[in-house]
Amino acid sequence: MIFGLPVISVTIWLPILFGILVLATGDDKNAPLARMLALVGSVLGFLVTLPLYSGFDISTSSMQFVENHDWITRFNIHYNLGVDGISMLFIMLNSFFTVIVVLAGWKVIEKRVAQYMAAFLVMSGIVNGVFAALDAILFYVFWEAMLIPMFIIIGVWGGPNRIYATMKFFLYTLLGSLLMLVALIYLYNLSGGSFDILVFHQVAIPMSAQILIFIAFFFAFAVKVPMFPVHTWLPDAHVEAPTGGSVVLAALMLKVGAYGFLRFSMPITPDASHKLAGVMIALSLIAIVYIGLVALMQSDMKKLVAYSSISHMGFVTLGLFIFNAYGMEGALLQMLSHGFVAGALFLCIGVLYDRMHSRQIADYGGVVNKMPVFAAFFMLFAMANSGLPGTSAFVGEFMVIMGAIKVNFWYAFAASTTLIFGAAYTLWMYKRVIFGAVTNHHVAELTDLNAREVLIMSILAICVLGMGVYPLPFSDILHASVNDLLVHVAHSKLPI
Amino acid sequence: MNLMANLIPAAAEIFLLVMVCIILIADLMLSKSGKIVTYMLVQLTLLGCSLITVGTHQNGVFYAFHNMYVDDLMSDVLKMLSYLGMSMVLVYSRQYLMVRGLFTGEFMVLALFALLGMNVMISANHFLTLYMGLELLSLSMYAMVALQRDSAIATEAAMKYFVLGALASGLLLYGMSMLYGATGTLELAAMSDAISNGVQNKSLLAFGLVFIVSGLSFKLGVVPFHMWVPDVYHGAPTAVTMLIGSVPKLAAFAFVMRILVEGLQPLVQDWSGMLIVLAIASMALGNLSAIAQTNLKRMFAYSTITHMGFLLLGLISGGIEGYGASMFYAVVYMLMSLGAFGMIMLLSRAGFEADTLNDFKGLNHRSPWLAFMMMLLMLSMAGIPPTVGFYAKFTVLNSIIQTGHTWLAIVAVLFSLIGAFYYLRIIKLMYFDAPESHAPISVSSDTGLLISINGLGVLFLGLMPGALMSVCAVSIQQSLLLH
Repeated sequence: MIFGLPVISVTIWLPILFGILVLATGDDKNAPLARMLALVGSVLGFLVTLPLYSGFDISTSSMQFVENHDWITRFNIHYNLGVDGISMLFIMLNSFFTVIVVLAGWKVIEKRVAQYMAAFLVMSGIVNGVFAALDAILFYVFWEAMLIPMFIIIGVWGGPNRIYATMKFFLYTLLGSLLMLVALIYLYNLSGGSFDILVFHQVAIPMSAQILIFIAFFFAFAVKVPMFPVHTWLPDAHVEAPTGGSVVLAALMLKVGAYGFLRFSMPITPDASHKLAGVMIALSLIAIVYIGLVALMQSDMKKLVAYSSISHMGFVTLGLFIFNAYGMEGALLQMLSHGFVAGALFLCIGVLYDRMHSRQIADYGGVVNKMPVFAAFFMLFAMANSGLPGTSAFVGEFMVIMGAIKVNFWYAFAASTTLIFGAAYTLWMYKRVIFGAVTNHHVAELTDLNAREVLIMSILAICVLGMGVYPLPFSDILHASVNDLLVHVAHSKLPI
Repeated sequence: MNLMANLIPAAAEIFLLVMVCIILIADLMLSKSGKIVTYMLVQLTLLGCSLITVGTHQNGVFYAFHNMYVDDLMSDVLKMLSYLGMSMVLVYSRQYLMVRGLFTGEFMVLALFALLGMNVMISANHFLTLYMGLELLSLSMYAMVALQRDSAIATEAAMKYFVLGALASGLLLYGMSMLYGATGTLELAAMSDAISNGVQNKSLLAFGLVFIVSGLSFKLGVVPFHMWVPDVYHGAPTAVTMLIGSVPKLAAFAFVMRILVEGLQPLVQDWSGMLIVLAIASMALGNLSAIAQTNLKRMFAYSTITHMGFLLLGLISGGIEGYGASMFYAVVYMLMSLGAFGMIMLLSRAGFEADTLNDFKGLNHRSPWLAFMMMLLMLSMAGIPPTVGFYAKFTVLNSIIQTGHTWLAIVAVLFSLIGAFYYLRIIKLMYFDAPESHAPISVSSDTGLLISINGLGVLFLGLMPGALMSVCAVSIQQSLLLH
């Protein structure tokens, strides 16, 4: 409870409320006010998630901070919220990144500031809702509503090809969501009239139906992750989105897909998950190896990081579908870490883009001569992206490889190539952009980070290093929920 | 049965008819600038009708005029919503009509006659009453489309509407006569009983059913009987398009319910098979053609076709769930289309119709609030939460999955994905493109308020859809299960 209000509801509705307030400041004459309000809203939005952490009981896997009210009684739909170890961390991550995004867009966004800030605040609340919803329809409402602000963000503040990118993003994700809706309604009828996700976890389903439901969920979640071969929207959306949009896409939106696999596909259709695990693993390995190679060839920095995200998310899906504790916990840590690292890399590229208005690697060179502080931060995040021990990325990748080796040596072998490819594409990009002599007069005129940017980078650097050196607080929170999920997934749900 | 018992179920319609006559005469006395008095009288009439409908409401089903007329919860709910819809139409179109010199007594009187026709359709319990209501509605509509005499496109639209509408009426009448020949009755419940007791001439019954379904499809505007819809929507003055595209959908829903569900229930296997074909064809052709349109009114015409296809899905699945879902869908659709056409009229000025896609370019620069309202309406039409359009689709999908037509649900969602594209395109135009014109948008306070209520209503009902859903389900339950 915060001031007598339920914690999770506050984490959802407070940012949305502030979003509306920010919107009410009107046009760009009041931009400073809009920025201040947005900052206050996002910081408050993060602060109210702290009770989730402090009050969290790591010994249980059951849902905590549960709120359950009737919503649409006719269909037995409830306003049912709660968190376990898995979702709690993502809610905090999301609220944290909202602060970063507001700060990152502080000076750069000059047109329609209020709408920009409001879109991010509203989205922050909605994403929290996705992670906290325990009712399938409530989940679906948040899940789809999430698309609307992102659609606007990419479309209004994005790059030259933004309209193509945002339409593709929206329609791609909508396709998966609609099939999921059909699956959810089917489950509602199968379960005898409940939309409670935890009830869905218990329903016995025949194999043929499980496979169809799994495929419907697959479309919804694989598009969001994104898994090969439905990943093609991501490079477009990332490249065209404004920096803040890219950060949120990488740090949060992609995680929602993997979260969906954990919360829906695996517990609801465990038999189909086992049966189709081979396909999922194959797709994950293709993403890791093939997309890693694709990333190597990119000449656009944002595209490179976007492909690297797909490759890293391959690790997550691999970790989930090898069905052991190492793999799953590794996958979750990888998700958190990727949020920090990819978010930070997009911010770094944003810093360069704000100054040069180019994302082409070829336009840079010798940046270190003009921006030494920036180069240091960028170095850290580039190393983290290639999985250097001591950074957060290493923990997750290492655990997933450990898990994979228990199942099949060759899975682990293929997956570990990413340590080479990842280092290759990231460091090669780093070398071309940062090192060498100053290549042109644009680079010569660069100025180093200002105080606001140093602040953002430092916070993220602390997170990346902290999680890399001492991941225990994170894995402790995950532990009970992951074990429970594994037990759940091991039980067949075929009707007897 | 005494006279009063006969009159009470029809009290609202009788009041409406009397008021139409009074307004018709009063309007003659008023000068050209005094038409606002007529307008106020019409709004008062609508208020009076709703008071009477509420006042005479009793639980149960009541018949009047030798079972030709029925008063049940479904009819009362639909009538109340029709008054609301008609009142909104008039508020939205006042400014638009004034600027174009169409703000005349004729328009308002014809609108009320159309409303009377709808009410009769909603409450009919006999094929003749149904037909009478339908014709009263249709004739008023033909005249309204042609109201702008000097516009060639409007006259053409009226002509097409009239010829095809007359053809459809002919089909319906022919079908009714065959059913009469097969069963010997025109009363709905009696016909249903006669069919379940066994009919001698099966082929006559089958032919009758086919003609009836074709006639209904014409009136609903579903594929392949949809040809008139785009032309009429496009050609008619926007105020009339709004009227055609919104409130009568409620009456059309009631009409289908009365004929197919009450009168021809024993043939449900036969007609639901036909409706499946019609529904899929409508969703496919409507969505695909809408993408190609550059005129907004034509686009909404194709979108109506799609929505009617979706509405049929609920009827196919049947039961309280299915019929309730269809009714909910019809109500939601009325609210959305009122808002959408309202927006077109708001952006129009003297001598300028804001009815092409380009007119919506950059609306967010010109008026962020109106753009936001339009975005809510479009998202609702596309069926994206948290707007009420999602729940309309949700209830229909739920009912078809419940009856085991999961494949049909998948077809429906795939087509609504295609549909999402052209609704999103409008959002894209409003938010991502630069405006083509910087003409100031003058919004009178009443329409401005109404569009805000309409847009926010779509959002609010999306957050709290339970009450309206229950009203629809309960009214279907009370009206159908009692006999």
